[in-house]
Amino acid sequence: MAEDYTGAKIPTVIADELHIVYRVNGAKTGKGSATAALSRIVKRGEERGVRKVHAVRGVSFTAYRGEAIGLIGSNGSGKSTLLRAIAGLLPAEKGKVYTDGQPSLLGVNAALMNDLTGERNVILGGLAMGMSREQIKSRYQDIVDFSGINEKGDFITLPMRTYSSGMAARLRFSIAAAKDHDVLMIDEALATGDRSFQKRSEARIRELRKEAGTVFLVSHNNKSIRDTCDRVLWLERGELRMDGATDEVIKAYEKFTGK
Amino acid sequence: MTAPPSPDDGLTPAELAGKYGLAVSGARPSLREYVRQMWGRRHFILAFSQAKLTAQYSQAKLGQLWQVATPLLNALVYFLIFGLILKADRGMEREVYVPFLVTGVFVFTFTQSSVMAGVRAIAGNLGLVRALHFPRASLPISFSLQQLQQLLFSMIVMFIVAVSFGSYPSLSWLLIVPILALQFLFNTGLALIMARLGSKTPDLAQLMPFVMRTWMYGSGVMFSIPVMLDDQEPWVADLLQWNPAAVYMDLMRFALVDGYGSSNLPPHVWAVALGWAVLVAVGGFVYFWKAEEKYGRG
Repeated sequence: MAEDYTGAKIPTVIADELHIVYRVNGAKTGKGSATAALSRIVKRGEERGVRKVHAVRGVSFTAYRGEAIGLIGSNGSGKSTLLRAIAGLLPAEKGKVYTDGQPSLLGVNAALMNDLTGERNVILGGLAMGMSREQIKSRYQDIVDFSGINEKGDFITLPMRTYSSGMAARLRFSIAAAKDHDVLMIDEALATGDRSFQKRSEARIRELRKEAGTVFLVSHNNKSIRDTCDRVLWLERGELRMDGATDEVIKAYEKFTGK
Repeated sequence: MTAPPSPDDGLTPAELAGKYGLAVSGARPSLREYVRQMWGRRHFILAFSQAKLTAQYSQAKLGQLWQVATPLLNALVYFLIFGLILKADRGMEREVYVPFLVTGVFVFTFTQSSVMAGVRAIAGNLGLVRALHFPRASLPISFSLQQLQQLLFSMIVMFIVAVSFGSYPSLSWLLIVPILALQFLFNTGLALIMARLGSKTPDLAQLMPFVMRTWMYGSGVMFSIPVMLDDQEPWVADLLQWNPAAVYMDLMRFALVDGYGSSNLPPHVWAVALGWAVLVAVGGFVYFWKAEEKYGRG
């Protein structure tokens, strides 16, 4: 824990008055017709035809080495957006995020292609995460074994579109979890696959946590937050509503949601 | 978690970040650092382009055979319309015109599809951009690399057409390598420029087909520019002939087709080809890098 470092806590992530705004084209009036689009172009405004969604509003916090931080809040409260901003994947509208090293988001879904075989997707996903060809080669067997894809026959050489949704999710998690990270961020919905795979993946997350300096976990499962995190940030409507020890914040959150 | 009083109390976030050497997340790296990162991702760029290429036809029964069949059918259509119906050959012999047309179509398609892929490179892959870290220029570069591999398949058709119309392999065929290298550089630069524009204005994807078609008809893909425009002011033909698409097409025809001699090339053609390639590639890369931290905003 943080106290191990002779009292002085070393910050790894600092968010300073962070604002994130999404811009959605052509959704201003809600009317999708061509004439509506035309009148938007003709009418001069500061930004025509663009609707802004203010997803994160002025969030500030400091995360220290060795902390496991849970992010909670109702759907659409800005949790995933905040994670992406910390990872430097979404540009900030205002404010700044300072980080130690390169935080990484656990997930490779977007890099994988359904028309390719599982085998090629393992390589592609690994390269997309920044692993070298040698690293992938040495971990390839582990990834395949961990996913359990080949338990029911030689599925890894089939295109991913032929997988069941559970199999595909398992392979995606196995690829994503193959790399070690400094600052690790895990978005919810990790509990995919069958019971035995869930157990394996929880164990793998604990391993990753040990290797990583700081861990962020987004989840709607209060139990998994209680099990893994020692500090919790509660976001509501893009604002930081509470920041403190796990028990305290979860209690307040459960009261808020009426559980 | 009540923090014990520490010497850091009272520091502003910026000062605290400075004290522990934290860097702004998602800031744009220096150009030098950016090039270094790109080099580190070279395997990803290549693997991504190959994956895209394979995925393209993986649902078709004939599979990868379409890599060659598509350009062949394309060439046939153009030959039917321009060679047999419109007679755009204008005095060129059949032995010259058919490979002339096929070469033109393939070489222009290379540029055209690189531009079209470039426009969608960021805008069409926001999921990837928002999920993983990599220098964003990897995407447009990867897409033009995919088009280059596609062209290499088309080259097979090109060689068959050339040989069956009496242009046999000779030393000049070796020129194809530097020509392709220069055109690839040019295309990549253009794709980078289009990727930045397209990420800000996705509407370009709708507009570009018209721009590209105008460019195609203006570059003499299916006719010889000097022959077709000999009743116009000479500067019009010069201008069209020095446009990069026409330059790379003419060079390729010169290298490949026996009956298409150097008299058909504009003066200083190699210098122009090199100039366009370097100018657009370097310019495009720097232009793309300038907005590196802004890609991914939706």
